[in-house]
Amino acid sequence: MFTRRDTMALGLGAATITLLPISVHAAADDAIAAYTGGASVTEGGVMITAPEIAENGNTVPISVEAPGAEEIAIYADGNPTPGVAVFKFGPAAGSHRASTRIRLGGTQDVVAVAKMPDGSFQQAAVEVKVTIGGCGG
Amino acid sequence: MSDVKPRIRLPRSAKAGQAAEVKTLVSHVMETGLRKDADGNTIPRMIINRFTCEYGGEMVIDMALEGAISANPYVEFDIMVSDATDVVFTWYEDGGAVYTETQQLSVG
Amino acid sequence: MKTFTLSKLMASAAICAVALTGAAYADPHPDAELIIEGELKLNVRAEAPAHLDGALPELYSGWLFRTDETRELQMDDFENPAMIAVEDGADLWETADGAAGQSCADCHGDASESMKGVRASMPKVNENGDLWSMEDYVNNCRTTRMEAEPYGWNSGDMRNMTSFISMQSRGMPVNVAIDGEAAPFWEKGKEMYYTRFGQLELSCANCHEDSWGMMIRADHLSQGQTNGFPTYRLKNAGMVSIHNRFRGCIRDTRAESFAIGSQEFRELELYVASRGNGLAVEGVAVRQ
Repeated sequence: MFTRRDTMALGLGAATITLLPISVHAAADDAIAAYTGGASVTEGGVMITAPEIAENGNTVPISVEAPGAEEIAIYADGNPTPGVAVFKFGPAAGSHRASTRIRLGGTQDVVAVAKMPDGSFQQAAVEVKVTIGGCGG
Repeated sequence: MSDVKPRIRLPRSAKAGQAAEVKTLVSHVMETGLRKDADGNTIPRMIINRFTCEYGGEMVIDMALEGAISANPYVEFDIMVSDATDVVFTWYEDGGAVYTETQQLSVG
Repeated sequence: MKTFTLSKLMASAAICAVALTGAAYADPHPDAELIIEGELKLNVRAEAPAHLDGALPELYSGWLFRTDETRELQMDDFENPAMIAVEDGADLWETADGAAGQSCADCHGDASESMKGVRASMPKVNENGDLWSMEDYVNNCRTTRMEAEPYGWNSGDMRNMTSFISMQSRGMPVNVAIDGEAAPFWEKGKEMYYTRFGQLELSCANCHEDSWGMMIRADHLSQGQTNGFPTYRLKNAGMVSIHNRFRGCIRDTRAESFAIGSQEFRELELYVASRGNGLAVEGVAVRQ
């Protein structure tokens, strides 16, 4: 399934993702540090697929993939609590990817941190704009 | 809200040695614990906090969920198909309730 | 008039701003087709009915006004979260309730036969000459035949039931009667559609006839069609009835709204449905 965001990511290349400023709020910083145990985290190696603009922050589709990763953790740096999910891939996993739907309290960066088998960590971030609708309904 | 009811979609047939896409959706309100009711009282958190999928007795994916996962949690991932057929899905809810569903993968 | 002009200007400014940032917001999607799992095509465009007298050039389902991600949720019945409500409604259909010990299925049998086309023709005039919505028919069965308590119009059970019944008409063209006994109700609904409400002095037509395709703040205005209802709104994370949506719209004009299940809303429901005559019933849609 191709989304506009996929097309953008393909068209602009992986550079887009690594060039995005990682302006993670303190709470997310702390949460990520707790997850990594303070180990340094390198940029790249993680692919995030998310809409550039979400029509409603209540249900934002997101997909993460990190070839070879043991785990992928997702953080939303602008939410009241930054933790979103941690996927641990077992021996019967057919890939190192997962998709879910998440809540975003507003426009913010979504950060995915992958734990690699050698104990190192890699991360990527994308900004998702959450629109404030005209019609509450 | 409706009761907790799992929905699962496995591929119609799968080949050993290949990855097979699995989609799961469970009806659940995913109450964050951050909202208040009409009287101003905090509504207690009640979420699915863990989801696992095991195939042929081995772990496929073990997911920890927070309140930032949308209502009616949807999870999509891949199984590495072997000759096993049993796929076991388990959702763990705050308060200790556990919901399990077993389905057969048609390996051809 | 001043309010309207101002809001139109603001909407235009919003469109320009969005266009400058390169986002893919424009008029309804020019070529997207709603095909469920590659098999069932639903007509999201239709010729405008004659009674509109040119007020709309063509009919567009609200689906065409949504983002790629929202549209995709409706193209796969597994990914469509409204199917939870449909499944729960199917369970209710089979479950006996009330003093008579009857279920819907006891009288109506297989819903895929007996309820086919029901959504497409609602609301309609009943045998006593009253205009009834689907909710009225459901509750009539519950109270007179099943001897059960009526569902609340906006209750979970009612929304699950109407979702299940609506699914049985998926793909059929909306076709509500507006002549004969329906005509006086339709006229009242039409009058309401063009009446300005609230402090913002907005009528249904100001947004959904004059300004569809434009932005109202960050919302992409649709033609306000009801062919997708009941609809799963991402905002609510649940099913929304037609009357509940009307209430929200009128509230947003900063007016005292009519009640869900009121006669006014039945008449408005008939008129708005008639503006979509020809569009496919989407069974259960997904919107933002």
